[in-house]
Order: sequence, then structure tokens, then C-alpha cells
Amino acid sequence: MVGVGRLVREGVRGSEQARTSRSHDSVSSFHRPLARVHNPTNKPGNRARIPLAMAGAGGGSNDVQWCFSQVKGAIDDDVAEADIISTVEFNHSGELLATGDKGGRVVIFQQEIENKSQPQCRSEYNVYSTFQSHEPEFDYLKSLEIEEKINEIRWLPQKNAAQFLLSTNDKTIKLWKISERDKRPEGYNLKEEDGRYIDPNTVTALRVPVFRPMDLMVEASPRRVFANAHTYHINSISINSDHETYLSADDLRINLWHQEITDRSFNIVDIKPANMEELTEVITAAEFHPHQCNTFVYSSSKGTIRLCDMRASALCDTHSKLFEEPEDPSNRSFFSEIISSISDVKFSHNGRYMMTRDYLSVKIWDLNMENRPVETYQVHEYLRSKLCSLYENDCIFDKFECCWNGNDSVVMTGSYNNFFRMFDRGQRRDVTLEASREGSKPRQVLKPRKVCADGKRKKDEISVDSLDFNKKILHTAWHPQDNIIAVATTNNLYIFQDKMN
Amino acid sequence: MFPKGTKRKFSDSGDEPAAGDEDVNQPSSVAVRMLSSYSLQRQSLLDMSLIKLQLCHMLVEPNLCRSVLIANTVRQIQEEMTQDGTWQIMTQALSAANAAAQCSADRLVATEVLCRQTEGGVTMSTVSPQAPTSYLPGTFGMDPCWEEENGEDEEEDEDSEECGSGSEEGDSDRLVEDSRTAEQVFGTFEIKNPAPSPDPALEELFSDVDASYYDLDTVLTGMQSAPKMGPYDLLESLSSHGPSPLSSSTSCRSDLNELDHIMEIIVGS
Repeated sequence: MVGVGRLVREGVRGSEQARTSRSHDSVSSFHRPLARVHNPTNKPGNRARIPLAMAGAGGGSNDVQWCFSQVKGAIDDDVAEADIISTVEFNHSGELLATGDKGGRVVIFQQEIENKSQPQCRSEYNVYSTFQSHEPEFDYLKSLEIEEKINEIRWLPQKNAAQFLLSTNDKTIKLWKISERDKRPEGYNLKEEDGRYIDPNTVTALRVPVFRPMDLMVEASPRRVFANAHTYHINSISINSDHETYLSADDLRINLWHQEITDRSFNIVDIKPANMEELTEVITAAEFHPHQCNTFVYSSSKGTIRLCDMRASALCDTHSKLFEEPEDPSNRSFFSEIISSISDVKFSHNGRYMMTRDYLSVKIWDLNMENRPVETYQVHEYLRSKLCSLYENDCIFDKFECCWNGNDSVVMTGSYNNFFRMFDRGQRRDVTLEASREGSKPRQVLKPRKVCADGKRKKDEISVDSLDFNKKILHTAWHPQDNIIAVATTNNLYIFQDKMN
Repeated sequence: MFPKGTKRKFSDSGDEPAAGDEDVNQPSSVAVRMLSSYSLQRQSLLDMSLIKLQLCHMLVEPNLCRSVLIANTVRQIQEEMTQDGTWQIMTQALSAANAAAQCSADRLVATEVLCRQTEGGVTMSTVSPQAPTSYLPGTFGMDPCWEEENGEDEEEDEDSEECGSGSEEGDSDRLVEDSRTAEQVFGTFEIKNPAPSPDPALEELFSDVDASYYDLDTVLTGMQSAPKMGPYDLLESLSSHGPSPLSSSTSCRSDLNELDHIMEIIVGS
């Protein structure tokens, strides 16, 4: 039932005690993990590493040329609401690629490598499993629907033959187990192959059933359901490096869960004011540090990022570090706050930096420097003069995600008109590419695009007024090791790879 | 910059004689126009924001982040308007309009927001353009397309008849969801409001349980025209009637009648 967490919390004495939410008696106990340095075991496999520089217009030995590889989804322009892709995520090895959509479905693609001994060969992603993760629900208390849209998918590090992922909608998180079955037992004594029972009187000899190969079957089954812990809409989930806990963040609160325990979670951040009239800031994203299991960050709608240390206290309402860049007074307008709202925050793989995405830019922060980012990249600065129109049509509230490549040298994010941008941190270069059916011939090299801000449009450039703001790329993902990227348009998933020479 | 107490109508801005050496005391007509257009732009932004706050999706909980950002924008505009005294004039005009109105105050407030005409014929965009230095139009981040919209606003203000009736219809169509919230949202930002203590309107918007939803629910359960459907079925059938224009097939006509009936009840006419 919604609101149970709050009730329990009010009964807890003192401010230092951790707040827990409990829906019914639990058998197992859950202790808050104390500081524990955990060496991550999810290191990448033994595959050869490919230099991960980014695409350029040519020249330079490390330049990557991005080519079209595959596109998934319906071709027709009439987009069914349920098919709108809402999240994209590679697993830790990059072999699996999961997408979630607005209809509550999860589709997993598996990479099939043509030549396993040479990982650099062209590989394709094919459908591996499809299942309905969340169903629409109705909150009878508020007379409101709960959308089944999948807000986020996070893969668990692989421990055995099966794969596990967490998927969440606005209110409920589910742990799914995806397992393969390629053998089945045959030769039962009392059952026929089709399941009919044999008359025991006709059995003359006994045999031991044996496992025989069968067609590969991929099964997805829900193993845990983590429900009733969030009053507001969940925007992020993040798995801890201790491989035991994870956090879920909604607009005003962040909860800490144990992966095995579904009836209890600890509230570790609560920014809800006593008087809701005073609400001016919400949580927009949260993530655990990739190596330090006691550290996490959360971003806000006012453009701040707070880094919290769970060792400091049970309740992390007080931050350890506050990252905020002073506002540029020359760019001040009524929309300054809205465009400073952070839509995504991602740690680098090495854990030294974090990246934030606000409406117009991507910023890289050094975790040791709080007063300003170390790098800022303009995604679509030409929109700054259009902010009023974008406010009117609500585009200014679009939440773009961002991602790092495997060795943290290049970052990527989406834009409008089905454009997406990459920024090479080392070579200080950026490129704009487009995900469209026109550029979808096999192995076709993507041509860099350019948007013309002023009136003097050159050939092949697009003017700002011709941009299609309905075609937005909000979700992108980069393979953890290789130069393979997945880019989601409204209802299609594009996969691009670098050109092999 | 202007002598104190001088009220200047928007239409006079072009007639202001430009004094040569006295630009400090009497700004040129261009500056006056820019300041008035800034006020108009700010007013339009305020109106747009209030409409966005009102139009919550009926079936799904509104996005809290978006609501907070819009509310912060409204607060920002309100603070600025308070500093230059514009807010006082607007709320006084509204109070006068409310007092004289026959229909429910809710609808009139909503209409005021769009139309900027009151019974007394005073337009809210008419403000004495006092100009503290912080309102240089250069700091106002509007895009060039505002200039055209500005022209349309001017025409609307002059043609009061058209404005009043036209926007009222559009108003009722757009604000059917929650007309009561309009006054509450607006009421929060009134400074010297002689009316009885306003409810914390933002609390209404952000609270976990919003009473207005129950009102809608009650309305729908009380409907006689759909005996076989439960209230939530009606909600679903409403949501499936998208904004696309329905053809005149007979199967749709009864649905249209139902829709009209529901709209009338909600609007309260």
C-alpha cells in the first residue's frame, strides 16, 4: 500500500536511526552494510581491446568511422505509443543489449559473433528474449493510473549461467532472471514424451532418464518484486559495487535495497519539505560509484549534484560534496533554472569523473573539484535563442541521457532531429551524426551533420527552423569494450559499429 | 525615468516626444516600446506557465519535476513583477473583476488570465512603465519570434469583443480539467489579497492526494448516460477519444453527445 514507508518512519526515534519501510513481517534481517571495500569481479573478459577514439571527418590513425549496422523496430511512421523506447542498456560484457518501452516490455538482443577467435569481426545483435516486465496498474487511492513504461534497466554482474536484470517503472522494481534451456530430460518411466501417463502395468524395464539437446529456449522469470516503497515516480536505479545492494531514486527520496529482500528498504535521502508548498527542488537522477560501495551521487532540478557517503551517517540528507557551477550572469533568463536541471548523471568507468547532462550541455566533473566542471561541451547551443518556443511545446523538459565509452575517452548524448553527438575528450573534437532510415544501407558510413545557427546555410547543413523536435534521441548506450553503440529514436533502435578495414 | 504617478497607456508609447538632451528623464519611444513589450512577454510567459500548471493529465499523475520547474518560473516572474509594482495592479484588477462577476469566480479568473480584459475595460497589460535598471530587455532571454506574437497581442487588446468571446470558448475547452485549481494557483501568488485565507495552492498541486480528482470521479460515477459502464471505463473511453476529429458516423455521435455532456458538467455551466 502506498505510504507505508512514511508511516513507519514517523514512529522511529531520533534522527540518527535509519528509516525503514516495511509492509509485513520479514523473516530475514537486513543490516546496513558498513564500509566495505569490494574489488569488482565484473572485469571485462579476455577480448582484445580496440582503440576507442571517436569518429572524425578523416585523418588521424585513431579515427573511428561509424557505420550503420542494424535497425530494430517498425518501419512505418505511425508510431504506436506502446512501442516508444524508454531505456537502452548493454550488459557488463556487451553481449546482451536490453531495451524497455512504454508498453512495459523488455526486449533483449544478443550479439552473435561470426568468428569468436577474432572479436573484431562484424557481429550482429538478434532478438534473444522478449517479455512483459510491467503491466499498467491503477492506484485506487488517488484514482490515477500507474504507467507500465520502463524507466530504467540495470544489468547485474553475471555470477552463473543465468543473466539477471533490474527493471523499473514509476513505482515498482522487478528482478528478472533470464536463463537458457537447451537440454531436456527424456526417457521417463511413467510418462510419455507428450506428458501422458503410462499404465504402470505395461512397464517391463526401467531406465534412467537422460538429457537430450533441444532447441534453445530463453526463459525470463520474475524472481523478486520490490514494491510499495516509492510515493513519487522512480527515475533511477543503480546497482552497488558490493553486488548485494542497489538504490532506487524517485523525485524526493532515495531508498537502499538488498537484492534478496523485497519487503524492506532503507531510506537514505529524503528532500521532501515538511510543507509541500515550499518544494522547489526535486531529485532527477542517482548513481552508485563504480568502485566505492559507500559512495553515491544524486542530481537535482536546480543543476546541483550531491555526493554522499553512506559511512558518514545512516541518513544521507547532508552531502559530503556539493557540485555546482556558478551561473553565468550574461545568460540569465527566466529559463535559466529549467535548462540547468540535470537530466542524467553517469560516473566514468574509472570512477574518477562523473558526467552530467542538462538541457543544452554535457559537463564532466572531477570528483575532487566541486566548484566547476573540468570540461563543458555544448550539445545544441543554437537552441538557446529558441527557449521560449521550446518551453511552449514542452520540449524544454525533455530528459536526455548521456554515456561514456569503454575507456572514458569519448562521451555521447542525443539531440533533436534524430541527431546524436559525440565528444572526444582527448582530441577535443566533436561530431554530429544522424540515426535515420536514409543512412541505413549495410555498412554505410555515417556522414557528419551540421546545424546552421545563423541564416547563411551552407550545402548539406540544416537550419535550426527545419529541425524536427518530435524526433528526439533521449537514450543512447555504448558497448563497454568495443566501438558499438545503440541509439534509440522514438520507436527504432539503431546499432552502429566502427568500420573495420 | 518617468515622473512619479504618471500612468501611461500602451497606445501612447508611440506618441511620446523624444527630447534631445533629456534622454535621462524621458526615454525615447523605442525604449518605452521595448519595456512594454518586455512586460507583455513576461505576462505571456506567466499566462503560459499557469496554463501548463492547470493542465494536468486526468489519468496519469503529473510529472512532479516539470510542475516544480514551471512553478519556480511563475514564482520568479511574480517576484520580478512585485518589485516593479505590476503585480499589485494586476491583482487589484482581478479583485474588481471577481466582485462584479455573475458567473463563478473560477471561470472568470481563468478567462482573465487569457484575455486580459475586465468589466471595467482596463487591460492588465497597461502598466506604468517604471523602469528600474534591472529590466533592460537585453537580459530577457526571449527569441526573436516574440516580436510577431507581440503584434498579435496588440491587436487582441484593441478588439475587446472578439477577445472576450473567442478566448472564453477556447478557455473552457482547455481548462475543463480543473478549473478550480486556477484560482488556487493564482491565489497563492496574490500578495495583499482581501479574500479569505487562500489554500496553499501549491500544496494542492503537489500533494499526494488531490481532492479535485475525487470531484471528477464523483461526477463521472453520477453520470446517467452510460448505465453499463463503470466510472473507470468511462475514463478509458474518454482517453481513447483522441483529439482527432471524428467522422460523422452514427456510431460516434452518441459518444460525442456523452463527451459534450461530461464537459458541461465539469465546466459547471
